[in-house]
Amino acid sequence: MTRSEVAYDLAVVGAGPAGLAAAGVAARAGLRVALLDAGARVGGQYFRQPPDGFHATRPGALHHGYARFVRLRDGLGDTDVLLGHRVWAIEPAVGGGFAVHCLKGGRERAATVAATRLLIATGAHDRVLPFPGWDLPGVMTAGGAQALLKGNLVVAGRRVVVAGTGPFLLPVATSLAAAGARVVGVFEAGGRFTLAPRALTRPGKAAEALGYGRLLARHRVPYKGGRAVVAAHGDGELTHVTVARVDAEWRPYQGGHETIRCDTLAVGYGFTPQLDLVAQLGCEIGADAAGVPAARVDRHMRTSAPGVYAAGETTGVGGADLAALEGEIAGRAVVADARGVPAAAHPAAVRTEARRRRLAAFADALLRSYPVRDGWTSWLRDDTLICRCEEVPYGRVKEARDLGAADARSIKLLARPGMGWCQGRICGEAVARLAGEAPGPPRRPIAQPVRLGDLAAMNERTSDDDA
Amino acid sequence: MPDVVVIGAGMVGAACAYYAAREGLSVTVVDRASVAGGTTGSGEGNVLVSDKEPGPELDLAVLSCRLWTELAAEAGEPGGFEHEPKGGLVVAESDEVLRALTELAGRQEKSGVATHRVTADELAGYEPHLAPGFAGGVFYPQDAQVQPMLAAARLVRRWPGVELRTGTEVTGLLTERGRVTGVRTGAGDIPAGAVVNAAGVWAGEAAALAGVELPIMPRRGFILVTEPLTARADGRPLVRHKVYTAAYVTNVASDSEGLETSAVVEATQAGTVLIGASRERVGFDRTVSLPVLARLARQAVGLFPVLADVRAIRAYCGFRPYCPDHLPVIGADPRVSGLYHACGHEGAGIGLAPVTGLLIARLLTGAVPELDLAPFRPDRFTGAAA
Amino acid sequence: MTGASPYRLVGARPEPGFEIRVDGRPVPVVPGQTVGAALHAAGIRTWRTTRFDGRRRGLFCGIGVCFDCLVTVNGEENLRACLTEARPGDEVTTS
Repeated sequence: MTRSEVAYDLAVVGAGPAGLAAAGVAARAGLRVALLDAGARVGGQYFRQPPDGFHATRPGALHHGYARFVRLRDGLGDTDVLLGHRVWAIEPAVGGGFAVHCLKGGRERAATVAATRLLIATGAHDRVLPFPGWDLPGVMTAGGAQALLKGNLVVAGRRVVVAGTGPFLLPVATSLAAAGARVVGVFEAGGRFTLAPRALTRPGKAAEALGYGRLLARHRVPYKGGRAVVAAHGDGELTHVTVARVDAEWRPYQGGHETIRCDTLAVGYGFTPQLDLVAQLGCEIGADAAGVPAARVDRHMRTSAPGVYAAGETTGVGGADLAALEGEIAGRAVVADARGVPAAAHPAAVRTEARRRRLAAFADALLRSYPVRDGWTSWLRDDTLICRCEEVPYGRVKEARDLGAADARSIKLLARPGMGWCQGRICGEAVARLAGEAPGPPRRPIAQPVRLGDLAAMNERTSDDDA
Repeated sequence: MPDVVVIGAGMVGAACAYYAAREGLSVTVVDRASVAGGTTGSGEGNVLVSDKEPGPELDLAVLSCRLWTELAAEAGEPGGFEHEPKGGLVVAESDEVLRALTELAGRQEKSGVATHRVTADELAGYEPHLAPGFAGGVFYPQDAQVQPMLAAARLVRRWPGVELRTGTEVTGLLTERGRVTGVRTGAGDIPAGAVVNAAGVWAGEAAALAGVELPIMPRRGFILVTEPLTARADGRPLVRHKVYTAAYVTNVASDSEGLETSAVVEATQAGTVLIGASRERVGFDRTVSLPVLARLARQAVGLFPVLADVRAIRAYCGFRPYCPDHLPVIGADPRVSGLYHACGHEGAGIGLAPVTGLLIARLLTGAVPELDLAPFRPDRFTGAAA
Repeated sequence: MTGASPYRLVGARPEPGFEIRVDGRPVPVVPGQTVGAALHAAGIRTWRTTRFDGRRRGLFCGIGVCFDCLVTVNGEENLRACLTEARPGDEVTTS
């Protein structure tokens, strides 16, 4: 264990809506707070900001709810904002609290931040499913295209197809179109995004959806349900995709294929929470409404590990509104716990709890409305890569199964999917599904690549602990 | 009804099935999880003679190294398991350690181990990136590497007489008049002529089903894996052999419960560098210990300073099945007729798997084993304790 | 194209930029952009070849998760282009 003086009452990992809200609440209450993020600017994925060098006069044009971001950002109080900090491991510190091990800056210099309490708000990344040609240059995740635009003001391509499942496809398509891309189609593998029955519960969201509908119409972007991109083609780079009409299980209908010319495909099948750090800390991990692993928390956002809180997508994919609210709740709980008073005693607790339940119910309904259906496996060919890093084709996965690999871990051991650079973050869920399993919680004791020299130096600092 | 049921589809169980089936026996291999899912899938794939003192274990290792070469030649590529006879280089930190290492090598030679003395000046010819300042070393050409998960999976499938049942947990043993006549599983009984306990780190529990005791305990090890390195201009890997310091030999033989690390560094065919392995007795605790990883990193960088700028991307741990006297348990259990043990190999299970399988097959067919099995007797612990 | 652009959308008035060199060829950068974004904007969509099958790779996840966009900057290998901010004078080498 690392011996270090406790410098902060709270370290928040992740400066998205949840982390910003939590840090602000805790800092304004007088706690010493560090807010760490791998990015160069606060905002996370949802409120990703372009560099100051652009001097944007309408920075909110690419963001839904930008005013709320400004409130969160301006409400950070005395929070120490530590940007460019990639957390690769967290361990309990000698004498209590936690040592948060980071790599900071371009040269990835090692640094350790000590804190009594932790909030893990590491968000989520796109969930992607393999299909033939998905590793062609020009195929990107929907979130990746969005990040390129929001964070760098670069449009991913000229002629773009957006595909996958879930409501996130809509803002991706509309912002690409607004920024000048020709979006030649949005293909939703499930049913078209409609909120008729749920509009009553979330009128704001329904209006948002209608707004996207109007924007799609304005940019003449066709939006079709029951369609999936089942193959990407190109000689070295993407030139066209095959879009298939798919049944309720996502199996293509015979003859229902069309070829669409494009230079870019933005594809996403929902999101996967980033749980490496909560798993390292031994927090109990359950599953969200779609069966995807997510941190278990109580109604004050406490995980099962003492002193560790989680908020936002870490606790299940629910969107920015819910994330910010969870961050607020977590921040209040941290303050209450630090002072030894009941978290539920806060005057706002009842109101926020009711609101959180409403938002969480809506999020669950969305997750249940846009599940991944098993028919995606029918898109695969033997030479379709499952693991991009280790270049493991579907045929080798099948061979591993034939050799006696009865579960995802054994498939990984025999055929190497998930053994490479990304450590299964991209292909892990696909491999689990191919093994007939629900995706499991991650086990990544090294959450970011770390130089052996930095690891070795850490040992010297702490060599008296393990002598 | 199969002639033999093997409990455990790890490397050792697979080798038992392979050699028994080669002798014409029908074999059913059962595993509660998957093929190679236990310690086999958590190690490095070491096939070592260099790390063993002369004695019964080294005799096993020398024969097993030869068997691995035969198995690899038979398997060929594709269909193989990345058998790489790359050799091991043991380096000495000081003249004193070098004398001890050289003396050990001399004694190992009498057991059939090939050794080459390497002077300090010659070290760079073996490992161009090795840190300067080592006093010299010994090169062991027989040391090899296999991809153990693939090897287990392929060997278990080699002969048609073997049936593999994964996801099948043995919950009891079938007995008749004191003789083991098969296994009871969650998916029904499997009567058989004999039962081989190759349950690895869980072999003590399997033995307990027959009412006999095997003192097999877990000894945890962590391994660090680096990023895949880009191909080098000379086409050779950054690290060419299995490289470790002479301190490793004393750690392997140690009885300490505490943490011991002595990095064994090697490159893999996947382009990564593997850095193993710590040893500590902490039960089945999988909690990652950063100080252990840090120590492995420091030792690896000590051997190869160029690794300081190489990134670790993964760490994993496994549990070696460990006996108090550091010898495996191989043979028929004199206390329970029909029950055979092939377990307790500690960190040498991959290397010793073929010889273990061969010896068990000899016993099952009534043939004379190639080696004296007395040191590996399953009942040696109860006798010693009295 | 409609004439729309991300700059127009957000009313950007970018500072004078600088150049980085990609295999010797100049590529413009707006201060703060990542190496990956600058290359992508310049029409360079791949800068890495996979080690087994020699497949071309560039941006995929765009947020540091997939490691597809690994790039060599100033001789330092395996940096994620999507996370690495471009700096004046950077020499990017593709493979």
